[in-house]
Amino acid sequence: MTTENFAPVSGSIMVVGGGISGLTTALEAAEVGYEVFLVEKEASLGGRVSQLKHYFPKLCPPTCGLEINYKRLKDNKNIKVLTMSEVTSVEGNPGDYTVTLKTSPRYVNENCTACGECAMVCETEISNDFNFGMDRKKAAYLPHNMAFPQRYVMDPAMGTDDRDKVKEVCKYNAVDFEMEEKNINLKVGAVVWNTGWQPYDATKIENLGFGRYQNIVTNMMLERMASLNGPTTGKIIRPSDGKAPETIAFAQCAGSRDENHLTYCSYICCMASLKHATYLRTQYPEAKIYIYYIDLRTPGRKYENFYAKLKEDKNIFFVKGKVAEVSEEPGNGNINLVAEDTITGEKVRQTVEMLVLATGMQPTAAIDKPNADLQYNAEGFIVNDFSKGGMFAAGCANKPADVVTSNQNATGMALKAIQTLVRR
Amino acid sequence: MDKKYGVYICTGCGIGDTLDMEALVDVPDEEGVNCTTHPFLCSKEGVELIQKDVDDGKVNAMVIGACSRRVNFDVFKFDNCIIERANLREGVVWPHSREKYPALTEDQKDDEEHFDPIQMKAEDYIKMGMIRVEKVSLPKPYETESFSKKILILGGGVTGMSAALDAAKTGYEVTIVEKTAALGGYAAKLRSQMPVAEPFETLQVPVVESLIQEIQGFSNIDVRTNCEVARIAGQPGELTVTFKTPGEKIPFDVPFPLPEEMLIGEDGKELDAEAAHAKYLEYNEGREDILQLDPNGELYGAVILAAGWRPAKIEGEAYSHLGVDIADVISNDEFEMIAARGKIVRPSDGKEAKNVVFIQSPGKKEDDADFDYAGSITSMVALKQAKYVREDYSDGKAYIIYQHMRTPGLAEYFYKNIQQDDGIFMTKGAVTQVTSQGDSLAVTAENTLLGENLAIKADMVVVAGGMVPATKDDPIINLAYRQGPGFRDNDIFGQYADSNYICFPYETQRTGVYAAGAIRRAMTIEESMEDATGAALKAIQCIESSNRGMAVHPRSGDMTYPDFFFQRCTQCKRCTVECPFGALDDDAKGTPKANPTRCRRCGTCMGACPERIISFADYTIDSIGSQVKAIGVPSEDDYDEPPFRFLALICENDAFPALDMVGMNRIDYSPNVRFIPVRCLGSVNTIWIKDALAQGLDGAILIGCKHGDDYQCHFMKGSELAETRVKKIGDALSSLALEEERVAFAEIAIDEYDKLPEIINAFVDEVEAMGPNPFKGF
Repeated sequence: MTTENFAPVSGSIMVVGGGISGLTTALEAAEVGYEVFLVEKEASLGGRVSQLKHYFPKLCPPTCGLEINYKRLKDNKNIKVLTMSEVTSVEGNPGDYTVTLKTSPRYVNENCTACGECAMVCETEISNDFNFGMDRKKAAYLPHNMAFPQRYVMDPAMGTDDRDKVKEVCKYNAVDFEMEEKNINLKVGAVVWNTGWQPYDATKIENLGFGRYQNIVTNMMLERMASLNGPTTGKIIRPSDGKAPETIAFAQCAGSRDENHLTYCSYICCMASLKHATYLRTQYPEAKIYIYYIDLRTPGRKYENFYAKLKEDKNIFFVKGKVAEVSEEPGNGNINLVAEDTITGEKVRQTVEMLVLATGMQPTAAIDKPNADLQYNAEGFIVNDFSKGGMFAAGCANKPADVVTSNQNATGMALKAIQTLVRR
Repeated sequence: MDKKYGVYICTGCGIGDTLDMEALVDVPDEEGVNCTTHPFLCSKEGVELIQKDVDDGKVNAMVIGACSRRVNFDVFKFDNCIIERANLREGVVWPHSREKYPALTEDQKDDEEHFDPIQMKAEDYIKMGMIRVEKVSLPKPYETESFSKKILILGGGVTGMSAALDAAKTGYEVTIVEKTAALGGYAAKLRSQMPVAEPFETLQVPVVESLIQEIQGFSNIDVRTNCEVARIAGQPGELTVTFKTPGEKIPFDVPFPLPEEMLIGEDGKELDAEAAHAKYLEYNEGREDILQLDPNGELYGAVILAAGWRPAKIEGEAYSHLGVDIADVISNDEFEMIAARGKIVRPSDGKEAKNVVFIQSPGKKEDDADFDYAGSITSMVALKQAKYVREDYSDGKAYIIYQHMRTPGLAEYFYKNIQQDDGIFMTKGAVTQVTSQGDSLAVTAENTLLGENLAIKADMVVVAGGMVPATKDDPIINLAYRQGPGFRDNDIFGQYADSNYICFPYETQRTGVYAAGAIRRAMTIEESMEDATGAALKAIQCIESSNRGMAVHPRSGDMTYPDFFFQRCTQCKRCTVECPFGALDDDAKGTPKANPTRCRRCGTCMGACPERIISFADYTIDSIGSQVKAIGVPSEDDYDEPPFRFLALICENDAFPALDMVGMNRIDYSPNVRFIPVRCLGSVNTIWIKDALAQGLDGAILIGCKHGDDYQCHFMKGSELAETRVKKIGDALSSLALEEERVAFAEIAIDEYDKLPEIINAFVDEVEAMGPNPFKGF
């Protein structure tokens, strides 16, 4: 064993965003031996993938990998996690940045044992963003049952009565409404932006009727319905009447590859809809599933095999055409859709019980631009400038990508960050 | 270490309200071990109380009876102490309520009719925790004899060069091995490269030259051309590498294991060990054994496999409708070579090829899949090559006939730009035939966007062949490992050296060897360069972790490693064969040699060993076995109708967290099951199950991850091996006149916590219907 250090540790790395890609960058750098600050704006880590039931194409639960990552995190003294925190500014140069963070009050301190007594007495209910508002949750809540850190949150919407009740019921003195917003200053040598993506706002795609008709949902809403810890405890049902849908259509490229919305391809939506077809098939062996697409982007052996398997299903229909119009059938909530079959040129009219919009990914930085010296493309993805160094974007902050590609990229950017710190 | 024991029990989170604390504290008291209770053990005061005992030298081996080991893991951490968590919260008082199992009255406590299943479970968990801390020891990090931090990169293409630069920029010494005469790989042969940045308009000069130049500026990058690896022996941190000229035969060429068909003798029976070894030696004549280290070998720390790909051959009956035997029907690779030489001309007569059809899918109307090994690359290459036609001829026309245009993500911008070119026609369609027609070619297609049927007269046709990974032809890494020279299981991945893991894309079954670039899947140049950076990080990380004596993923930081009590080894080779990582080699007699820095600490060897001679500092046959023996088995001497007892050995990575979720959701299941988390089901030694039944437990169940081609086991083979072992145990049980069904195996994913109570209860019901274990009470 040698003690010589080829990669001298000097300075630390800030990773912004605690989703799968941020966790990867943070852990990979920390396990080389570097100090990392992992900054997450939500109350728990895991990001977008923690809302998913399964990953494609293996159909395995994301919590499996997250669990391992949380174990690595807890085992590693090099990482400091800051939840409910956002970066307000980054100033300086590669190797020497001054970062200002704003931490919102959780109103719960580290005494919390996640016993859950507070949620039992709290009466205030708020919309559940984790489930895209499909249900409500107590204003004293654990973000979800695999949340890390496993600690409750008190929503500021909680009324005075409830505040008194939760304070009283907590045996551990964990509730503290005196907590205030805090500003934190950090000195770091490199920053990796793993700020991820948001589902494109489907209400903007006016011709597809989202928000007007109850039985038009987004792919991410379907994902939450299919999840055991979702609003319907895993059952995919029609929002209007709770009925088990017998005919379901998917509109691919809902907002993607579209001059009026997202001009690029969102990479994951084809595979996501195919995956959703497997969820539906498991629950409803007879349901008819229609997938309206421009091109099915299932490249590579693994994805092509996944698609090939679904093609064998006689009740899954692939229609090359883009859904152009939708309306609601009066009385029963069914959706009439019109699409042009690009092969026959004919207009296809179809009535389905439920329509799923395969909405794409918009980089978070397009909506909430970091206050830092970064370059963006026209759609808000952060462009990496390796010649300048110091700050890098990884995962879907950098480009639309699936989880495998994001994690490859996130691992690589950990090394780029380390290079910034190594004196040569 | 002179152990000083202590037990700390938290009474918070419902533990104190549900359990009879006095009786619980009696458990350690009776053993003479001090037990402290605290209403809020994870609080600052609670932790300080324990820390004070540690500082005062009163305790260094402790049981903490509180929440699950998954929670407050970082809080209950005391340096140089052995810590065991007894899961009283998620495992006892949360799933099992007093509403369902009322507390006993004072009278009931003394009669032979009533018992308290919740209290019994809690007491068992404290006992099991106490015996474990007695049986384990603190790990000492493994030290290699020599250590190198150099990184070896196989392949001098874009991926290999990028990996080398990234490692060198981080301060590491690197050797690139390239079997041809020069760096550059396939990318050096290209005319142009696809645009990778906005505005995605113009084709770019290949990046190769600038990479080669940059490499020359680094003194810590050693480039060896006309060179390949004969063998890589040893383990991460001290890999002994033998280099050679391609094609040369040398004694240190790696020996190959006997192919399976050669293990069968002339009589049709499997050869015995001696005969097999003789045949193996014959098969590898002239090659040194894997354990023979090359005295002139060079030392490396880790390896990056960046050997790339070769163009797929598009030939044979399946493609005959595409006219692949016609001289002017060529592959995209052949087209690229023509384009790189100059103007696009026909191979048959050297005439200008101004009308070129690009065919993306071979399956006619029946199948819309692209060519094998295509990925999204062949779509993008067709777009690029169509542009070549337009670059060379202002009146040139390119037709791309595709089933699905695959330009995912930002590559869509490139597609959009190509769409603006009015000399490039693109349509979805199924190509039905390509024939020679006089001086030109006739291409027909159906189901196109331009009308029902399409007929094009063309000068040349290009078919979109994929990228075949180099690992399809050759193991390349040539590891001197007893399990063989290449990655295992590449057949699951179509011979790509790919990972099975979505979350952990660099995982391989060979520690310290990381694949990058097109050897993993079809990738663009940009993607390959990015992948190379990640592989460089992993190689560096493996070197640094090995140097600290720590395991790499998934048990990152674990300092234990397998220890063998060789005097009792019977040379059965099971550990060598079953290790998912090929960490063990054996000598001619079959005695295993451990390579601790290859080891990932799953314990599969420990589970495999029939002589039970393999153990880890904090995880031994005896430590788990003693926990099993600590489970109280009430008999008819104790109660008129004694409760049944079951053992569950449960994977700590997935099934155990799912069981925690069951507790968090307050879902009840049989309280008569005692759970012991294990590193991986692969580490389960059947002796634990046999001992459990021998001492009167009524049944045992193993709960682990899903296996099969899409395995979720973090150690690849663990749950699969466990299921096989459980099946074999059935025979042993029937010889004892015990029903096979008393031992069961179940697969579960981490998110299926709703199914876990059903699985447990169904097993319990089945065994209870058989009646109690007849060995009970003996």
